[in-house]
Amino acid sequence: MAIKNHRLTDGEYSRNFEDIHPPFESRDAVLVDANRCLYCYDAPCTKSCPTGIDIPKFIKQITTDNVKGSAHTIFLSNIMGGGCSRVCPVEKLCEGACVYNLLEEEPIPIARLQRYSTEPAIRARWPLFQRAEPTGKKVAIVGAGPSGLSCAHVLARAGVDVHIFEKEEKGGGLMTYGIAAYKITPEFCEEELQYILSIGGIEIRYGCELGRNLTLAGLQQEYDAVYLAFGVGLARRLDIPGEELPGVVDAIKFIYDIRSKGYPDVAVGDKVAVIGMGMTAIDAATQARRLGAGEVTIVYRRTQEEMPCTQAEMDIALLDGCRILWLAAPQRVLGDAAAGVTGLVCSVMRLGEPDASGRRSPVDTGETITLDVDMVIKAAGQTPYVELVAGSGLVNDKGRVTVGEGGSTGLAYVFAGGDCVNGGKEVVDAVQAGKETASAILQLINS
Amino acid sequence: MADLRTDFLGIRSPNPFWLASAPPTDKKINVLRAFEAGWGGVVWKTLGSQVKNVSSRYSAVDYHNSRVMGLNNIELISDRPLEMNLNEIRECIRLFPDRAMVVSLMADNDRASWHELIRKVEDTGAHGLELNFGCPHGMTERGMGAAVGQDPEIARMVVEWVMEVATIPVITKLTPNVHSVVPTGRASVEAGSNALSLINTIQSVTGVDLDTFIPNPNVAGKSTFGGYCGPAVKPIALKMLTTIAQDPVTSRVPVSGIGGVSTWKDAAEFMLLGSTSVQVCTAVMKHGFRIINDLCEGLSNWMDEKGFARTTDFIGRSVSALTHWEDLDMNYHIVANIDTDKCIHCGLCYIACEDASHQSIRLDPGHPYNTYTIKEEECVGCNLCKLVCPVDGCISMVEQRHGDEYLNWKEYQRRGLPLNDH
Repeated sequence: MAIKNHRLTDGEYSRNFEDIHPPFESRDAVLVDANRCLYCYDAPCTKSCPTGIDIPKFIKQITTDNVKGSAHTIFLSNIMGGGCSRVCPVEKLCEGACVYNLLEEEPIPIARLQRYSTEPAIRARWPLFQRAEPTGKKVAIVGAGPSGLSCAHVLARAGVDVHIFEKEEKGGGLMTYGIAAYKITPEFCEEELQYILSIGGIEIRYGCELGRNLTLAGLQQEYDAVYLAFGVGLARRLDIPGEELPGVVDAIKFIYDIRSKGYPDVAVGDKVAVIGMGMTAIDAATQARRLGAGEVTIVYRRTQEEMPCTQAEMDIALLDGCRILWLAAPQRVLGDAAAGVTGLVCSVMRLGEPDASGRRSPVDTGETITLDVDMVIKAAGQTPYVELVAGSGLVNDKGRVTVGEGGSTGLAYVFAGGDCVNGGKEVVDAVQAGKETASAILQLINS
Repeated sequence: MADLRTDFLGIRSPNPFWLASAPPTDKKINVLRAFEAGWGGVVWKTLGSQVKNVSSRYSAVDYHNSRVMGLNNIELISDRPLEMNLNEIRECIRLFPDRAMVVSLMADNDRASWHELIRKVEDTGAHGLELNFGCPHGMTERGMGAAVGQDPEIARMVVEWVMEVATIPVITKLTPNVHSVVPTGRASVEAGSNALSLINTIQSVTGVDLDTFIPNPNVAGKSTFGGYCGPAVKPIALKMLTTIAQDPVTSRVPVSGIGGVSTWKDAAEFMLLGSTSVQVCTAVMKHGFRIINDLCEGLSNWMDEKGFARTTDFIGRSVSALTHWEDLDMNYHIVANIDTDKCIHCGLCYIACEDASHQSIRLDPGHPYNTYTIKEEECVGCNLCKLVCPVDGCISMVEQRHGDEYLNWKEYQRRGLPLNDH
């Protein structure tokens, strides 16, 4: 048993990580689905999109060969509409609300249609938006993830000069670094980023990290307003014995490596346990399999009823041959510093009374089960940057920035949104937060 | 099993489905394939004056995912040698003696030409003649086709020439490119035509290419008005058919209905409004002869369900149900009802009613699904919501009469009942 890299051939890697939802092959194929759309009024799909994209409108525009108009409709609500068409859990958002579901018919493939309209726009950099005359106002944004970019685009359109401070070497945030590679490639993320920047008036300063070489007080001094969109940090600690053993890795780090180092250089065990049942857990489990792990077991302390990921996501894991162990909570990691991980002991749980979130809490039965594994990937939620937030003087709830109307924090001219506020939701939620906050910022600095 | 056999003035066919005079009937190879597939009869593509065709010849109108909702053509009558056609007609009759063989004719515009053509065609053993007074392009410039059909007196004259020599049934085919088909229909019947057929194609421009700016079909950078047919023209054909079926003169003769017949349902509708046989072209141009199976089976099953043993049991049955507006019952009132179990919350009924009708649908916001209900007191019973609803049977129109008695407009006015009260 060993954790090692270079398990597969180049061909196997590229096959394992190819696009899971490939684009339409032809305009004819697109029209078959686009023409199925009923063009609902006050459409349930639109109401189920956190950014409120006018979906019937953009699909109608596809049917009239007005693809430019279609892309404009999408980007007007969601400037990351291209990336979202690949990574959104549409089965619980737009497509889940499609009225065809009520007829027991396949919903309109909204995400795929959205990809059809946005991809050429991004590739060819269609100038769908015109930047207003510069107003002389300057806004600083911390974090070049979906929320920061979304905010930046709205501000830049309105003539504001935007400086984004990003701790990584690339923009895109979790879109670039935190999502399974078979959903979206780093190359696409880069193209999308460049498209967003093509509006003009947005400058990204890489390698700039709040609390390291950047202070909030300094930004407040230099800019008319500041938008904090620095996201969340690594996976939540398990706080169990053995957590520090070599072979226990963080899902965010694991996915980050896959996306930054390339597939062959990322090591994976023969037998892997993934802890958690959210989207990140699924992305880690499926990619561990696709990197060549022999066995992958997802360990979750509740049941399918309570799982945070969608059925569609779980199905990807199951189709990849991952096993799911329900009602199991990690108790301790077995092994030693020399041999690394040799096993994972889990408590067998049962469901008790509903907790604050309304989900039934798992209760320890006292029994245990031991998994024979050589690698443990932690994916039980991400932790906020508690120290950074507290150190910056921001009102917060366990590290999550507390905001009021329009993303305002307690600090003057400082706004916050996205994962650093909500603790980690979908890309599309972060985009919406950025867009809404931009409106609030414009109102404030232009008044 | 219902009996589909049709007797049209002695022209017998195993079913009422004939192929209209058009490209599918322009030579032996097509016609034999049609007969093998089961078609009841054909109207052979128009013979007569000698012509030369151009390319391209067709253009179409698509609707959503459906190609060829309407088809437009600028093809002329048969461009093959007359003798070749006559020999092939003879051969088809010999091989399939039980099928109807009607030959479409358009001679040069003089009596001798018509006489000569009719004699030659009758010599093949054909069962009937159809006079092409409808072709809207190419021939009209030479005083033929629609140029004849658009002038009742010219039509009368030509029919008289024809009847001087014809010994087999003569069907006059009417053009729809007139304000009413009745005057030419009457003139033809009065001149002795044994039957009528309608409609021929409707003059059209199907579209303009938005890259080249040339209307279609494109013939070396120019286009010309063509003849429109297919499912798009069916409602127009049914209206014209009805006027023929209701006129005291034209209703004396049998009618062969033409115009967008694609399914057995279309055919049944044409027959209910007076067609003894129906002629099909566009549906075959799109799908081939194989559609005849469902035409026959569907019609037969429907007839069984309705208790019709033979087609004559229902031909013309709906003609009297079409009346003048002023004879409609003003006490009849219906209001829409939405079946909430079937509703999929698409909102199409709401927005149609709100923007284009009488604001009679209530929207109760929900997330993500709104609830839609009818404001009965506002509903005028226009049907629009039911028409746009994508779920069959979700919206129904419920009768709520204003009064028990039949009350038409004339009586309404006579009694001085209130107007503009909605």
